[in-house]
Amino acid sequence: MIEFEGVTKRYPDGTVAVEDLSLKVETGRITVFVGPSGCGKTTALRMINRMIQPTSGRILIDGDDVTSRPDADLRRGIGYVIQGAGLFPHRTVLDNVATVPVLQGVSRREARASARELLERVGLSANLGDRYPSQLSGGQQQRVGVARALAADPPVLLMDEPFSAVDPVVRDDLQQELLRLQGDLGKTIVLVTHDIDEAIRLGDKVAVFAQGARLAQYAAPADLLAVPADDFVSSLVGRDRGFRGLGFADGAEIALKPVGHTVDGLTLELDADGRPVGWRGPDGLLPTEGTFSDGANLRTITDLVILSPAGAAVRVDEHGRADGLVLVEDLAGRVRTQQRERLAALTQDQVEEAEAG
Amino acid sequence: MSLDYLLDAANWSLTSPDGFPQRILEHLGYTALALAIAALVAFPIGLLIGHTGRGALIAINLGNAGRALPTLGVLMLMLALVGIGLVPVTIALVVLAIPPILATTYAGIRSVPDETVDAARGVGMTESQIAWRVEVPIALPIIIGGLRNASLQVVSTATIAAYAGLGGLGRYLFDGLATLQYDQVVAGAVVLAVLAVVIDLVLAGAQRLLVSPGVDGRGADNSPTTNRPAEPISSTA
Amino acid sequence: MSEIWNYLETNGSSVLTALVQHIWLALLPVAIAFVLALPLGALVHRYLPVRHVALTTGSVVYTVPSLALLLLLPGVLGTSVLDPTNVVIALTLYSLALLVRTTADGLDAVDTTVLQAATAMGYRPLRRWFTVQLPLAMPVVLTGLRVATVANVSMVSVAALIGIGGLGQLFTRGFQLGFYLPPIVIGLVLSVALAVVADVLIVAVQRGITPWARAGGR
Repeated sequence: MIEFEGVTKRYPDGTVAVEDLSLKVETGRITVFVGPSGCGKTTALRMINRMIQPTSGRILIDGDDVTSRPDADLRRGIGYVIQGAGLFPHRTVLDNVATVPVLQGVSRREARASARELLERVGLSANLGDRYPSQLSGGQQQRVGVARALAADPPVLLMDEPFSAVDPVVRDDLQQELLRLQGDLGKTIVLVTHDIDEAIRLGDKVAVFAQGARLAQYAAPADLLAVPADDFVSSLVGRDRGFRGLGFADGAEIALKPVGHTVDGLTLELDADGRPVGWRGPDGLLPTEGTFSDGANLRTITDLVILSPAGAAVRVDEHGRADGLVLVEDLAGRVRTQQRERLAALTQDQVEEAEAG
Repeated sequence: MSLDYLLDAANWSLTSPDGFPQRILEHLGYTALALAIAALVAFPIGLLIGHTGRGALIAINLGNAGRALPTLGVLMLMLALVGIGLVPVTIALVVLAIPPILATTYAGIRSVPDETVDAARGVGMTESQIAWRVEVPIALPIIIGGLRNASLQVVSTATIAAYAGLGGLGRYLFDGLATLQYDQVVAGAVVLAVLAVVIDLVLAGAQRLLVSPGVDGRGADNSPTTNRPAEPISSTA
Repeated sequence: MSEIWNYLETNGSSVLTALVQHIWLALLPVAIAFVLALPLGALVHRYLPVRHVALTTGSVVYTVPSLALLLLLPGVLGTSVLDPTNVVIALTLYSLALLVRTTADGLDAVDTTVLQAATAMGYRPLRRWFTVQLPLAMPVVLTGLRVATVANVSMVSVAALIGIGGLGQLFTRGFQLGFYLPPIVIGLVLSVALAVVADVLIVAVQRGITPWARAGGR
């Protein structure tokens, strides 16, 4: 666990980047610091590995004050990924990844061997290892940056706008890759971004920062969307937050209609194996516009319902065979109860929190 | 113009005290001595100023001031103050060589992207590791460029050693002028010019060997940047 | 100190002559090179093959020691060794080598989107060159001009070694008088002062003609 205890950073010219920040970052989770530029989120992150020294307050990692160790030692035990990766241009990709192990005294040979494995782990072919950073694309460089941060297997990973310098398609890949990696590794990750969508997508918990690193809200992404704490958070979260919030709601509880059900004069037509072909009606065959399977969230299902000519989303099993329909009425019923349940859960949390401390 | 003197085999005798081989060695000796002292003084200071960012004005102003100082004047001043010999000549040449080495070392270190230094610090390098393992290798093309520049100026200017009664290639120039033997002057000038070009090529070769392919663009399929010949920020004297 | 004043009193007119000669020998080459460098720099900026040839030639010229060049030029040009023309030509070559490169660098540094915008608004090439491209390249070009000017001022002294005028004569004079300090010190001070004044003047011009460079931005 990483704890901020009344941390303040004031610069000699009087500007206050972070004012009296207290916050607990949970172990093994992704915590995202999000906020507008200049809100102090990066300063807060960089105080964790003492790239910036706090003016007052303490930061503890698993109970130990970060000032209790020499800076360089502390940093070798904390992965650090920055925007644009910050790779060393004069070293090959492998040597970049091997940096921290070598600093820690591992032999270069050994460090390179494990660096090669790490490259594959972050989705790069190991034969890129002998190239120089300038020969890689931005997305590849960023992956190398992540591999470098993971090389010494640190329990904590700090990521400062790690995906801001790449185009949206690559960013999407990298985000997926991070979630996949985190599924395997379970690191304590603190990630800074100005992109609220990225925060919502990646964060187990999201800390919304206002100017001076005032903590406007610290909550799970779904709660952030459902119940923004104030106008600042709600304007940062932006439009369509109800719809986006459906992405965190499980679609399993919706009542299903049988596949043979006729909707508004349209019937789902199946091929010989039971896979959906289209909606058969008086005007011929209309497209299904996609299907969903078990585990899909309400946002995906809602989208399918909207796009379907029958106003019904088709569920398929693992073989792609249609096994049920979600009708717009049934979806509406589920959406109606969804927000009430969330509010009730939030209140329950608050009650428990109050009792606990 | 007459190339007789240059092409006369007798002047290329290895044993003759005023033959070309001997004079070239003397010339290289003055040059190497001055460059070594200048590098020992200027490189650490440039590195320190570049790494800490403190004293940048000193580096810049010293570079400018050095450019404005006429070396002949400095030599005369030293001869007048110290007397005849290797010491005043070396001081004058060192004064000439320090500014380009200092200024380019400083500029090279400053040119290393902030994010790279930030990343180095972030992965847990100490300040001296950042300087030696990250900043110097990345700045090396610029630093060697400064050294090339300094060496050009020192090689050219080491002719003044002869003016101060020492040897080197300047002997042919001044002796030839004094005795109106123009072919001797031409010979000296040609050998001097060729020597300067050769030294620059040797240093350019060293640059290729020492600089990481990832830094100078050889490692890149598509990067046209950074691979440039040494910047002539100051001129020969 | 009093020795210096005495020297100035008795040799004032010869010192003044040397100074004026020094100014001519140093600044005329820069002026010639500057005028030539604008079109040449434009060619280098524009055509890649020209760039390779010109910049390589420039580097080689730069490598040739000035004293060697001063002594070889008479043989090539058929001038007398004592002819100041040699100095002017040698320094013009050095200045040109430097200014062509900085002019090209300055033009390279102009944001291409600005040029595209100018073209899109209907600028013809020549007008665009004079009213958009050249002004935006000026800060870099003038920085090169400063370097060339200061270098020339200090380099002209070398000419005295082969008997051509300028402040360098004060150094050789001091040498002939048995390392007599006053002319040496006067020569050094005047030479550095001249370089500084020339530099300050160019900076003043630069500020005058590129007001946007001071208005924030960079």
